[in-house]
Formats: sequence, structure tokens, C-alpha cells
Amino acid sequence: MNGSATVKQEECGISVDIVIIGGGPAGLAAAVAARKNGAGSILILERDSELGGILNQCIHNGFGLHTFHEELTGPEYADRFIRQVLDLHIPYKLDTMVLSISKDRVVTAMNRTDGMFKVRAGAIILAMGCRERPRGALNIPGFRPAGIYSAGTAQRLVNIEGYMPGREVVILGSGDIGLIMARRMTLEGADVKVVAEIMPYSGGLKRNIVQCLDDFGIPLKLSHTVVNIEGKERVSAVTIAAVDANMKPIPGTEERYRCDTLLLSTGLIPENELSRGMGVALSPVTKGPQVNDMLETNVPGVFACGNVLHVHDLVDYVSEEAGRAGACAAKYVKGSVPPAEGTDVPLLAESGVRYTVPCTVNTGRMDDLLTVRFRVGAVYKKAFVSVYLNDERILHRQKKIMAPGEMEQVILQKKHLLAVPDLKTITVKIESE
Amino acid sequence: METRNLTCIGCPMGCQITVEFEGETIRRVTGNSCAVGDKYARREVTHPERTVTSTVVVTGGDRERLSVKTRGNIPKNRIFDCMREINRTSVSAPVRIGDVVIHDVCGTGVDVVATRNVGKAG
Amino acid sequence: MYDVVIIGGGVTGSAVARELSKYRLNVCVIEKGEDVCSGTSKANSAIIHAGFDAKEGSLMAKMNVRGNAMMDELTRDLDIPFRRNGAMVVCVDPAERDGLRTLYDRGIANHVPGLRILDREEALAMEPNLSDSTVAALYAPTSGIICPFILTIAMAEQAYVNGVDFHFNTEAEDIRKENGIFLIRTGNGVYRTRCVVNAAGVYADKFHNMVSARTIHITPRRGDYCLLDKSAGNLVRCTIFPQPTKLGKGVLVTPTVHGNLLIGPTAEDIDDREGTNTTAEGLQNVIRKAGQRVKNIPMREVITSFAGLRAHEDGHEFILGEPEDAPGFVDCAGIESPGLSSSPAIGEYIGNLVRDMLGAGEKENWIRKRRGILHPADLSFEERNELIRREPAYGRIICRCESVTEGEILDAIRRPLGARSLDGIKRRTRAGMGRCQAGFCSPRVMEILHRELGIPYEQLTKCGGESKLVMGRTKEDEQ
Repeated sequence: MNGSATVKQEECGISVDIVIIGGGPAGLAAAVAARKNGAGSILILERDSELGGILNQCIHNGFGLHTFHEELTGPEYADRFIRQVLDLHIPYKLDTMVLSISKDRVVTAMNRTDGMFKVRAGAIILAMGCRERPRGALNIPGFRPAGIYSAGTAQRLVNIEGYMPGREVVILGSGDIGLIMARRMTLEGADVKVVAEIMPYSGGLKRNIVQCLDDFGIPLKLSHTVVNIEGKERVSAVTIAAVDANMKPIPGTEERYRCDTLLLSTGLIPENELSRGMGVALSPVTKGPQVNDMLETNVPGVFACGNVLHVHDLVDYVSEEAGRAGACAAKYVKGSVPPAEGTDVPLLAESGVRYTVPCTVNTGRMDDLLTVRFRVGAVYKKAFVSVYLNDERILHRQKKIMAPGEMEQVILQKKHLLAVPDLKTITVKIESE
Repeated sequence: METRNLTCIGCPMGCQITVEFEGETIRRVTGNSCAVGDKYARREVTHPERTVTSTVVVTGGDRERLSVKTRGNIPKNRIFDCMREINRTSVSAPVRIGDVVIHDVCGTGVDVVATRNVGKAG
Repeated sequence: MYDVVIIGGGVTGSAVARELSKYRLNVCVIEKGEDVCSGTSKANSAIIHAGFDAKEGSLMAKMNVRGNAMMDELTRDLDIPFRRNGAMVVCVDPAERDGLRTLYDRGIANHVPGLRILDREEALAMEPNLSDSTVAALYAPTSGIICPFILTIAMAEQAYVNGVDFHFNTEAEDIRKENGIFLIRTGNGVYRTRCVVNAAGVYADKFHNMVSARTIHITPRRGDYCLLDKSAGNLVRCTIFPQPTKLGKGVLVTPTVHGNLLIGPTAEDIDDREGTNTTAEGLQNVIRKAGQRVKNIPMREVITSFAGLRAHEDGHEFILGEPEDAPGFVDCAGIESPGLSSSPAIGEYIGNLVRDMLGAGEKENWIRKRRGILHPADLSFEERNELIRREPAYGRIICRCESVTEGEILDAIRRPLGARSLDGIKRRTRAGMGRCQAGFCSPRVMEILHRELGIPYEQLTKCGGESKLVMGRTKEDEQ
């Protein structure tokens, strides 16, 4: 139940420097960085029966090109960080669910062996990841039979448990998990009939469209959605139809597919029930916490990273971001955070930029370089990413292409920010010229 | 002369590339907007390769499936041959990450290896 | 041979079974589904209506008001949640005022307690999210909210504990009477019984018409609903109704007893008695009409949509008792809204009728109290730890959205009339009813069902029959 590095009694019952909620890629990288930056006692709380989080069921390759300069599978990528956690003797508890966190950073958690327990944390790193949107959020009409799975649930059944959710499959949503599952199900002998995507573009990587769909002759129907599900006990057919510019189905375009399974890959939502419960302010766009340049939320000493902060497409960026959160949390508990100077400057996301992480910067305290990540709201070809300090444009970089499915970034330099007297706003926007 | 249409996977542009070729000889690559696309298209037409990932049966372990991958790429047209061999394979726990599960799968010269650890049951 | 066979394990059949379990009778419930609460009872508004809506002097009015009054004691005995949150019929057009008055007068005639007409200011003070065009409202404080699954399951469990047999996956196909004995042919053999209670929901006319020349006719009337996340559960405190029409009570907006927000239903007469499919048009109507009485409904927070059927009889009245030409055959037909609210009263009424018909005496050791599934979340820190020390399964969360532990799931499986399917677990424990809609917990619940009941994975179902969850193992063909 507990990690091989056993948890000391005082860590169980009383207080720990840093408690990390979640032992997936974000939590693991945060723990390693926190320890390397001098944090004393750390405790990772993981709800599953092993460390690694969702990576354990992502058995396809393509992870780690940025971090390790090689293509790893999900479990291999996780293993690299798990080994570091073990080597650094960072304690963790498995099969442990965090039930609530108080504003003054007391974590209430529970498992079979310890029962309910409370841990007082000097700092907390939120690394709970995200969950899939259910069918209900889409209001798909039809029956509600067995055989409708989110792509991630199907992935767990196939890859971990070794069960086939079905044999004839229609997939709604072309997010990467949906594409990956199209290939996985095909390789395991299922007939994947079609992937429907309501948007005019796929949210998945081009590579996945080619290697998961094109390789196997699976059609991708853009601007299509599911308009009916048949089957009173088990799915027996699914009807898809083209949608108009307002995403309303166009009568007469219906196509019916006989199938026994509908997989949904229609988006991920950061899992912030615990954050909300402790009063962490959330962004209406990302559904993740609003954080400053230290990845700290509005609740002092509470940091966030990974998919709980905003949904990433590359795990490498999760690890890097989590590393920063871990380092900042370590500084926080050691009292070595440089004092904030002046007010926090807001980062504004405008014209095509949906959001930025972080949301604010303290120019006095910030590191010399600050990575700002963001997503765009539509596909832009040969457009410019611009950064304005107040009204002055300091960055103007042309990008061959930007798409909602790919996270973008700009790097801000402290010296540029300090050079602007009376800095009120930093604006990131997309410009056509 | 044959032609093939490809979607480039080099970046989110996803350029639609047309390759004209005779046998192994590429005559012309069009539609790409950079060198990455040209290189990808030539290789994809002459020697397309893929990494295969799946699971194999594991007995006596704390779980019943072990995730595996081909250690390198195999020819694209051998994917299903490779899957057949993977599906027939069974290993006994314990297994360590990186352990060879199938040596030289389908004569491709590429091994299938474990991508996770599986401990013994109990 | 049975004294009584009840056809149908919905809320009516279960209520009748519970009443009959008080008497020295040999009673059996036959249910075509794999669990109780598998038909009409599983998808409705989950409201215990006050009773101002039904026609004065009707059985509907009588049963509704009586059923409502019985709820406090019943839900205490059954150890299930019930809350009188009150209801408001909201009028948004001055022309509707007269209708509100008529409804008030009818409620008074039906002996509904506490009715009041509120002016705009009073109504908005109580429910700030009512439409800006609110003119007035009828307020009924005794209206309540309940979980229809748990109500049905709890009544059935109590009947079972007190000796009633329940035979699932048993569909009645034909009923005949020979030498004063009813013969019910089913897929699982013939049941012989002195008395039949027809609680077959949308199929009740079919069975009635097999024994009686005075035919009845039931139309399945479909209603679509949307269920919203608990984050929207506080939008209104009362159940908000429009003024009723001849098709029913209209699209309501209500908190549920578990803290979600429910909107619906539409009303559409259909032919298919299993036609519980939602339609795009229906869902749009729900959304549009709900917004006419309540503003700011956060439709992005919808977690699931579903449709239920009402067993609408042409006369729009409960048909309770023996047809003149079929003594011993006891109808509970046409049980549409307010059927859930009326169920305990119907149970009592039919129970008394059958008792008198068969001259049955009371059992001395009837067990009145049921112990519900323990909710560790209701316990103190220390109590919860003590529980986990005793039963470590209460320390493992299986459904993270609804915080359901393995201990609760094991209880749901092991208790009388225990769950055997994913939906069975869901209806007893709420595992899978939360915002992720079973994405996280379903593989884990499947594993527990497999382990606990020895059901092979390939035979595990969502809700019995052919609702199989997986279709074989990976690798199985080649091994």
C-alpha cells in the first residue's frame, strides 16, 4: 500500500513540507524537482494502485521526444520518473484518495490501511490530471445501451485489463485518445468503421491521423456528429450526420453504421473538485486554477501543474511545467522565494489566444525567463504571435501554422518587463500581419 | 509512373503531398512546404515503417496483460504479421521493462520488448 | 401455488409487495428485468407531489395526497433520503393568473396542506432565479424530492426480507383462469396463483385485456430529461412547475434529493413500449421550456440525458382493483404521474383489498425497519476510521465523483435482492451517477462484480439481458 520508501509516522499523522496530490506524470516530476530543490519531507498521494497515472494505460509510443530525445511508450516514460522518485526516497501512498483540502493546507485522505488521515502541508502541489467529458455533456439523442464508452475507459479495458469493449466500433471525436484507440482496437481485431468529428478540423496530431486512421483505411469525417444511438440493451447502430457552421445536424446527410460500440473522445476537463473545495480560483476557459508566474494559485502555498492546470497535448510539457511547480513549492517551504515587488501584472489573452498560463506575473520576483503557454481558438496559417507590454509590441513571430490542438508558447524575459516603467498589462495575441 | 497522395506528419500543417515514382525511384515530390515534407514523403513511399505497440498474455503475474512494443520500426506491411505473433505469445511473470518478449519478430530483425514491469501474483 | 403473484417490480409492484408482506400470504413478484425498478419507475421526475394537480375526487388525487402524507414515516422506516423542498407553479403571463387560482382551489378541495398564492415579490424572494417575467406562483410546501430507485429498491428489499419471492428475468406472456386459479405463463414456466396484481406499467393494459372484456388502453408517453451536475443543484430550492396542461405537469426544474438539478420532461405519445430513447427535438424542448420559468440554467453542466415512459391510460385515472368481470385479478393500471408519489398509498389500498379478498391474517414478526446502505460520508472522522478498521473496503473509493466506497458496493451486492449489474450498483449506491458518468468507476465496479459474484467478465451486464459490457478478451483467438 505504501511506497517502498516507507512513510514515517510523523509524515502520516502530522505535517509534511510538500504534499503532492496525484502520482501521475505531473506529480512525479513535481516531486523529483521539489526534492532536488531542497524540500525536506514530501508525500505523494495517488489514488490508483501504482504510480504513473494515465501513462500506464497509454501503451503507444511517442512520449518523451523532448525530455529524453527518444520515443517511449507511456509506461516507459512513467518508469523514468518513478525510478527517480524511488532513488530519491520520496514517500508515496497508493490506493489513497484525497477527500478534501482545507484552505490552510490540511489534506484529508483515505485508504484501506491507514483509514482516514490528515496531513498538514507546508505547500501543496495539485497534480490531479483531467477526466473525459461524458456523453451527457454532448446531449446525444438515442437510447442508452451498454457499449458506449469514453475512449479512455476503453483504453483501460483493452490495455490494462485485456478485455475488448466491442468488435464493431464508431468513434465520436478525433482527439488523440480517440485516434489512438482506433488503431488499438483495429490491431486487436475490431472493425473501426468511422471517426466522426464535429469540428471542421481534428483536435489530434497529424501523425496520429495518418498512423492511426489512414494506415488502416479508417475514414475521418470532419464536421460530422452522432445524431442517434440505436440498441435497447447493447449498441446496435449509430447514425452520424454532417453539421452546419452552427454545428447543427443537416437533415438528409445521415449515415447509419451498424456497430456494437460507440467510443467518445470529445474532450478533457481538468479535475478540480478538490481545488474548488479549498477556494482555488479557476479559469472559465481552461477550467484549471488561475496561477501566477510561480504556478501558485490564489491560495498561498498551493501550486498546480499538468492537466489539472490546463490540458496538455505533450507529456514532456507536463513534466517541465511540473518541475517548475515542484521547484517553486520547494522555495516556498524554504522561505527562499524572492519577495514580490509591486503588483502582479495580468497576462491578457486576446484576438485568437484563448488563455495563457500563467495568468499573472510579478516582475520583481519572476525568474529571468518565463515560459507562457497558450492555445489558439482556430486554425491560423502564417499568422503572427505578438506580445505587447502595455501598448508596445515586444515580440512578433510568424508561425507557419497554429491550431487549437497544439499548445503554443512564448518566452518572456524579465529584463524586458523591468524595462517598461509602470507595466500594467502583458497581452498575447494573434495578428495577421 | 505511379503517384501517391500523403498527409505530411511533420507539423500541424499536414501538407497534402503528391509523390510521383517508378518502383524505388522517386521522380517528383510536390505539395510540401518544407524539406521535412520532402524527406518524409520519399521515405513513406519507398520504405514506410512503424513501431507496433500492443500487449501479450502474461501468466502468474499481478496482472494478465503485459504492454509491449517493437524495439524499433518494422516495415508497415508487416504490422498484422507482427500482431499475429504478438497475439500468440505468452510470458511468465516476473517481467522487467525492456525484457525481450519476442526475438526478431517475423524475421524483421526487430525484437518485441516489455514496456512495463509485471510482478508475480500475490 | 402462490396466493398472490404481482406482475412487475416497479415502484407500484414493490409497494404492493411490501404491504402484502405484512400478511400470512405466499406472494411472488415476477419481473421481466434483471432487477426491480427497471421500467417506468426508473426514469421520472423523482418528485413526491403535493397533490393540487389531480382532479377533485379522483383516485389520483386521493392516492397522491395520502401517499405524500405517508412519506415521512415510510422513508424513516426504509432509511432512505426524502426532503420536502416545496413546489411552485410559476405563472409568467398575467393571463395565467386565473389558472393558478383554479389550481389553488383544486388543491384545497384535495386537502393539500399549506397552499399559498405568492405574488411576484414573494416568489422571487424565495427563488431568485425565477424568470424575470414571473407574475405570481402557487406554493405547495409539502411537495418533496426522493430517489425513485432507492424508494423502489427499499420497498422491494423489505418485502423480500419479510418473505416475498422475487423472480427476475421472468416475463409474463399469458394469463388464464382455470378452476378459480390463475395460470401465468412466463419464459420461466407457469405460475399458479389465487390472485394476480397487475402492476405492469406500460404493459398493464396487455395483461388486463387478457382477463377482462372491459378493455383498457395504455399509451406510452415519453418524456425527455436532462440531469445537471451538482454544481447547478442550488439554482432553485423548490420544484418549479409551469401550469399543467392536458399532456401533464409540464417541464419542471428541480433539485434532486442527491443535490443535482433535473429538468424535464417533455410529453410525446409513442407506440414503442420500450421507447426510452431521447430525441434531439425533445432535448431542445426541455432546455427551451425549462428556461421559460427559471433563468441562468447552466446547460454546459448537463451530465446526462434520459427518457422515461408514462403509462398513460385513456381515461387519465388510476385503475385500481378488480374489473367486474375478472375477480381475483387486481389492476394497478394507468399509473402515471403522480404514481411515484401515490405508490405507498396504492400499496396500502391494494394490500388491504387483497388481504380482505383472501382473508389473510397479519404476521406477528413483520420487520418494519430496513437498514439502508451505510454512507461513510455521513459519519464523523472517528466513526469512519473505526468502520475502515473493521471493514477496510470502506477505505477504498471506487466512484470518485460521488465518493462511493468499495464497502458500499459490497453491501449493495450482498444485501437482500442485491445488485448484479452495473446499473444495479449505480441505483443502490450512486456509483457512476456523477459528473464523469462511470468513466472512472465502471472497470472497477466490473472487477468487484466479477470477484464477488463469480460472473465472468463476458457475462457482466449494464442492466441484464444482452446489455453485455465487454465482448471477449484480447488475444483469446490465438492463444
